[in-house]
Amino acid sequence: MNTPTNLKYAASHEWARLEADGTVTIGITDHAQEALGDIVFLELPAVGRVVKAGEECAVVESVKAASDIYSPVSGEVVEANQAAADAPESVNADAYATWLFRIKPAAAAACATELGGLLGADAYAATL
Amino acid sequence: MPLRTPLYESHLAAGAKMVDFAGWDMPIHYGSQIEEHHAVRRDAGMFDVSHMCALDLAGADATRWLRRLLANDVAKLAVPGKALYSCMLDESAGVIDDLIVYFFTPEHYRIVVNAGTAEKDIAWMHAQLAGFAATLTQRRSGPDALAMIAVQGPKARENFWTAFPATRAATEPLGLFQAAETGGWLVARTGYTGEDGFEISLPAAAVGTAWQRLLEAGVKPCGLGARDTLRLEAGMNLYGQDMDEKITPYEAGLRWTVDLKDPARDFIGKSALTTRQPRNQFQGLLLLDRGVLRAHQKVITPLGEGETTSGSFSPSLNQSIALARLPEGIAPGSEVEVEIRDKRLKARVVKPSFVRNGKPLL
Repeated sequence: MNTPTNLKYAASHEWARLEADGTVTIGITDHAQEALGDIVFLELPAVGRVVKAGEECAVVESVKAASDIYSPVSGEVVEANQAAADAPESVNADAYATWLFRIKPAAAAACATELGGLLGADAYAATL
Repeated sequence: MPLRTPLYESHLAAGAKMVDFAGWDMPIHYGSQIEEHHAVRRDAGMFDVSHMCALDLAGADATRWLRRLLANDVAKLAVPGKALYSCMLDESAGVIDDLIVYFFTPEHYRIVVNAGTAEKDIAWMHAQLAGFAATLTQRRSGPDALAMIAVQGPKARENFWTAFPATRAATEPLGLFQAAETGGWLVARTGYTGEDGFEISLPAAAVGTAWQRLLEAGVKPCGLGARDTLRLEAGMNLYGQDMDEKITPYEAGLRWTVDLKDPARDFIGKSALTTRQPRNQFQGLLLLDRGVLRAHQKVITPLGEGETTSGSFSPSLNQSIALARLPEGIAPGSEVEVEIRDKRLKARVVKPSFVRNGKPLL
């Protein structure tokens, strides 16, 4: 299973990447897209929405099932990936290139703690 | 321990992702459910349906018994090999199962029932056999076990004949819902996809080789995932999801399968059917907003609430569709709303048949 080492992972199969500007980019893992099968619809959070870590904020629907996506960090949604929403199958093609949304944390320190609580690549891979 | 069909190893060899289905370890897909769906609509695909249960019925009272057991009337079957789709009802007209019955002679029939309901069906059938000179033999396990493959799609028959040229003479003349025996196989021009094709019953020991020959002839293995979206587009009921004992055939869009022509025929459930008022009707929904309809979502109509019974994304229409039970009086063309999570999405009521023979019907 593909689990890049530069990302952090939630047990609920989201990945998170801290960007240079302090925002956090979020998507679903390769394992998640594989388990869901052909993805046909993404419901992404509205820009401006404030979410808490662990809050349900997107839905990924495959032919077979709908799956809730939880934000791994707290903050404000600053961008949703409209290109992904227009071509949901791109999540199947590359789950790490096809991010879903970006969060701007309210405080960098709190965000670092939340990210620190996530799994590294090996620890995540061990849960699969 | 989940049950396995004789094709279990062939599925693994083809890269299947296996899931539990009614206690059976079955392929859900072999990579992409959508590609498998398109293969059946545009070319040819095959499904292992050996988990379904074939039963042989034999005896002097076979016809008389089936005329009592089934809501459809086997008396209309005159040509050997002719198949009939029917519901099997309980006394209150609830659907115990839907099935296919093949006529060979008035003393000999083959019945094929759903995988998950087979035990319940057999128990019911045995109870109804009292007083009739007929015997029922299951062919899903044991030394005489049959396996079943459905080959479906516009090129299904051609590819089947490429794989098995010796069957062509016997099977090319077959009309829809007609079967022929050839070389110990029963080849029927039936299916559950809305496409042309064959369903083949053959000895379990021969099915591995047959599957391989079909692969070599270009038939793509397809899983239960594609089978579900294909039957949904074709507007076909899935037992246990779109109908069950709480529903009559009239509420499942299956009035055409209930044969009342012979007033002297008293089938099980008949009196309840004529007195029980249908509470709702069976329709299709086409989602107009973006999203995916699923089973058991609330449908809001001007005449009250309804419910989706099956829903998914339609690969052929590139849009979400559903089967639904709606209040009487909501006609095709009406706009309704479906509750999905915290939203109400717009949907149009349509006749519950979305795609047939590769062509959208909407």
